[in-house]
Amino acid sequence: MTDAAIRFERVTKAFGVVRAVDDLTFDLPRGALVTLLGPSGCGKTTTLRLVAGLELPTEGRIEIEGGDVTRLAAAERRIAMVFQSYALFPHMTVLENVSYGLVVGGARRQSAEGEAQAMLKTLGLEGLGARLPAELSGGQQQRVAVARALVLRPKVLLFDEPLSNLDARLRRRVREDIRDLQKRLGLSVVYVTHDQQEALAVSDLLVVMRDGRIAQKGTPTELYDDPADAFVADFMGEANVLEGEVLASDGGMGRIAVGGAVLEAPMRAHPAGRASLAVRPEAIRLVSAEQGAGLPGRVQRAAFLGQTREYEVATEAGMLFVVTPAAAPAWEEGAEVLCRMERVIPLRT
Amino acid sequence: MGALTLGRLALLAGLAGVLLAPWHGMEDAAALAAWPRAEAAPLAALLADGERWWMWPAVGLLALAALPLVRGRMAGGLVAACGAAILAIVFLQGQAIGLRGLAWPALAPLLGTPAPQPALGWGGALVLAAAAGLIASGLAQRGRFGGDAFIAFLVVGSAGLLLLFVFVPLLTILSAAAIEDGRLAPGALAARLAAHEAWSLACVTTHQGCGVVWNTLLLACLAAAASTLIGLAFALLSARGGVRAQPAFRAMTILPLITPPFVVSLALIVLFGRTGLVTTAMWDWFGIPRSRWIYGLPGVLLAQVLAQAPIAFVLLEGAVRAIGPSLEEAAATMGARHFVVFRTVTWPLLRPALAACLLLGFVESLSDFGNPLVLGGDFDVLSTRIFFAIAGARHEPGRAAALALLLLALTFGAFALQALWLGRRRYTTVTGKGDSGVPAPLPRGLRISCGAVAWPWMGFTATVYGIILVGGFVHDIGRGDMAFTWRHILTGFEVEWRDGIAFRGSAWDSLFTTLEVAAISAPLTAGLGILLAWLLARQSFPGRGALEFMAMLSFAIPGTVVGVSYIMAFNEPPVELTGTALILVVCFVFRNLPVGVRGGIAALAQIDKSLDEASATMGGGAVQTLRRVVLPLLRPAIVAALAFSFVHAMTAVSAVIFLVSARHNLATVYIVGRVEAGEMALAIAYCTVLILVMLAVVLGIERIVGRAQLGRRPAPLRAGA
Repeated sequence: MTDAAIRFERVTKAFGVVRAVDDLTFDLPRGALVTLLGPSGCGKTTTLRLVAGLELPTEGRIEIEGGDVTRLAAAERRIAMVFQSYALFPHMTVLENVSYGLVVGGARRQSAEGEAQAMLKTLGLEGLGARLPAELSGGQQQRVAVARALVLRPKVLLFDEPLSNLDARLRRRVREDIRDLQKRLGLSVVYVTHDQQEALAVSDLLVVMRDGRIAQKGTPTELYDDPADAFVADFMGEANVLEGEVLASDGGMGRIAVGGAVLEAPMRAHPAGRASLAVRPEAIRLVSAEQGAGLPGRVQRAAFLGQTREYEVATEAGMLFVVTPAAAPAWEEGAEVLCRMERVIPLRT
Repeated sequence: MGALTLGRLALLAGLAGVLLAPWHGMEDAAALAAWPRAEAAPLAALLADGERWWMWPAVGLLALAALPLVRGRMAGGLVAACGAAILAIVFLQGQAIGLRGLAWPALAPLLGTPAPQPALGWGGALVLAAAAGLIASGLAQRGRFGGDAFIAFLVVGSAGLLLLFVFVPLLTILSAAAIEDGRLAPGALAARLAAHEAWSLACVTTHQGCGVVWNTLLLACLAAAASTLIGLAFALLSARGGVRAQPAFRAMTILPLITPPFVVSLALIVLFGRTGLVTTAMWDWFGIPRSRWIYGLPGVLLAQVLAQAPIAFVLLEGAVRAIGPSLEEAAATMGARHFVVFRTVTWPLLRPALAACLLLGFVESLSDFGNPLVLGGDFDVLSTRIFFAIAGARHEPGRAAALALLLLALTFGAFALQALWLGRRRYTTVTGKGDSGVPAPLPRGLRISCGAVAWPWMGFTATVYGIILVGGFVHDIGRGDMAFTWRHILTGFEVEWRDGIAFRGSAWDSLFTTLEVAAISAPLTAGLGILLAWLLARQSFPGRGALEFMAMLSFAIPGTVVGVSYIMAFNEPPVELTGTALILVVCFVFRNLPVGVRGGIAALAQIDKSLDEASATMGGGAVQTLRRVVLPLLRPAIVAALAFSFVHAMTAVSAVIFLVSARHNLATVYIVGRVEAGEMALAIAYCTVLILVMLAVVLGIERIVGRAQLGRRPAPLRAGA
């Protein structure tokens, strides 16, 4: 018995010559919400479908809770999945939808419907059992899809972009509901999304994928604050990538040279020499040109967005994208400023 | 379904096939009394008697496959190989040792001089099914077909059936055309294909008839053009003409669907024959001499256009309505007048539909058999010439096969042309965005000319169908004797009450057979068609393209060719079906299959694939998913397929005219026989009864699911769009 809810060992899935998933190896822990994140076409959905058994791998081995499921059909894997489209059966009532898995699994209709009713109640859907899916709102349909998955007590619960069909306001509430439920019931969840904010908000562990491989794996803070390369840095949120030189760094403050200026900023240890340096837009502070140290620049564009202000600042090191709180001093277009870095991320590649 | 379960089921079927079911003999209930000896002997009894000793390897292989299956430890490769070997042995021995003993002299050293053996029976069928099951189970265990044995069995089984009942007959007809006196003769093939009777151009210079190929082409071109033009006139009037006659238009579209294809010929004879109503009136009133002009190209053409124009109307009306009004409005806002809008926007957008319509009319005319048979006179086309080469005074299968090849080539040529044409250009006029413009009305001149075509034609159509309705209930409509009588109905459908019910009418037998065959084949067609559609649309497996091609192939084969190829392929062991009712059922199932498959695929395209996947992740296997999710959602498509195949089984004549027998006659063939015997009134009376039966069936089905989409063939336009 291992600790892993899901283990991939050198799994490859090829469609023709395209390797959607390429030699993937990882362990995902039990009782955690793991998010697969990446741009479209990165292989995250294929990975999820490999876990579900909706695709069978071309090579490699897949385990769920220590058991080999590589050649097992979806129906025999004891997983459950919430689909992007929810995939509620339009010709069945909500109650029939939720009890479907139990009934095809051989349960008596009465006991199945009892369990389904209880699950509907857990999700705040009591009284809707007799309706057809088309008679529910988008948020309700989503919860029915979750109820339908949970009632089977799956070893692993899979979510395929479950929020993409909801409007922005509802999206936030539903993702919090999913997170609460997962924590309350201690579920092992794999969650696929292309929205990094959604991923940061709900995950215990993030797996960023690119071209069928893992680009980086870690907690949300690790990935945001310490991305391995420019791709992850950029994908986890906006990042300015500067070419510069590390003069000294000991894990606390470091000294760097960019665009002809020498700056001091917090950064992790990195050998001295040339490096790519990523700086988050909100980690740049703009101060007036007279205030001493900093990378000099000129404000090219300024926009007010309510909670924040956004600037594009032309510097010797290239154009910087800067986000400041609305409460911070405002700069006009054309103003001469100094950019100070509050955190610099040396990239590994 | 697990691979092991399927393997064990296959094993049971195999055991039943060896131990219980009669090895030879298909449907003779009387012979069954002799079981387990004589004609009803199962293979086990034959083996025990020392006969059929060459079947021991097959039994051995079955036992070999049984070992891992019984122990519960599957060895997929071994099981699949055993299945394939059993399949090969059963077929090869059936080919090698036929009704005249050893057929392949090369095997004499191995087999000696075995006694003749008849065709395979239920036992053979069971063993073959078991072999397919073993192959599927083995493949599924090896992880093929997504590891699902049910899907594997469906694929292997349907591929086997399609091979046997679509592909093998085609091969047979190919080889028959090239065989003379039992030997392969490429020279004979070339001579037959280039025969004078097919290609002669005598009619250009002399009064003799031209070759049948030219006749067929001429007829097909004229019929396609005329039916498309008339259909277009109706379509424009209906969609853009502001005409309030929709019920009449609807009636016109449904009537041809439920009438046997040659019924209009009967009405035309009644109207325009030598003693016809119109002919007599013309003679009496204007002194125009009686003639036989209706027998020949004009008559056949008229009959085909009567049948085809409503279908052209349905196709083109859809196309006209699909043109987004905003396109025309855009043209109008740019300053184009009504007629210019029509000429520059509407007409070009209609062209693909017109082309599809022309091709459909062309193909339908090529494959039409009933009308040329009844009305052709001296004007022979390929389909009738093929029939007479088989059923005429001289039985010349080689010649029939060569003519069938020519017909097949014409049909495939038409489809290839269509594929080329539609492949190059596609106008999508339905964009999925709401289009709320007002359709442009027809230009005035065009509306008047459409009306000038459409209204007289509608009157003519109404007269023709009126004749059919009336003709069965009057003394002699052929000679204008219009006194009411039940005589003809009684001749055909007399019922007597004497110690229970007795069906004494001469038509009852064929009607019952027709209903029975239609009722058996319709659910089989719909079932197999929908299953195949599901396989093709939802599963990915190696060979899917080939399976789709085979499933759709029979769509392009004219009925006459199917008929000829069936009697050639299934007249001798190992698969001998001629003279049985089974061959009629098989013929209908595989002829109508493409429609079910297409309907199913179209319906499945509307159903999100994630529904299937959701069911799978919740533990629903393929069988459960199919039963609880897919089939309930496909109900309209299933019902449409059912209705289509039922109606088609009742109206078809071209293929089955070769396959009926004295014991199993069909209504349409019986009617053709009455016509040839000159019993026109009885034939018309029977047609009336058939139409009423089919109307009842179609209306009944429509009541169940609302307006089902019924069509002779699905619109080829849709396939491209």
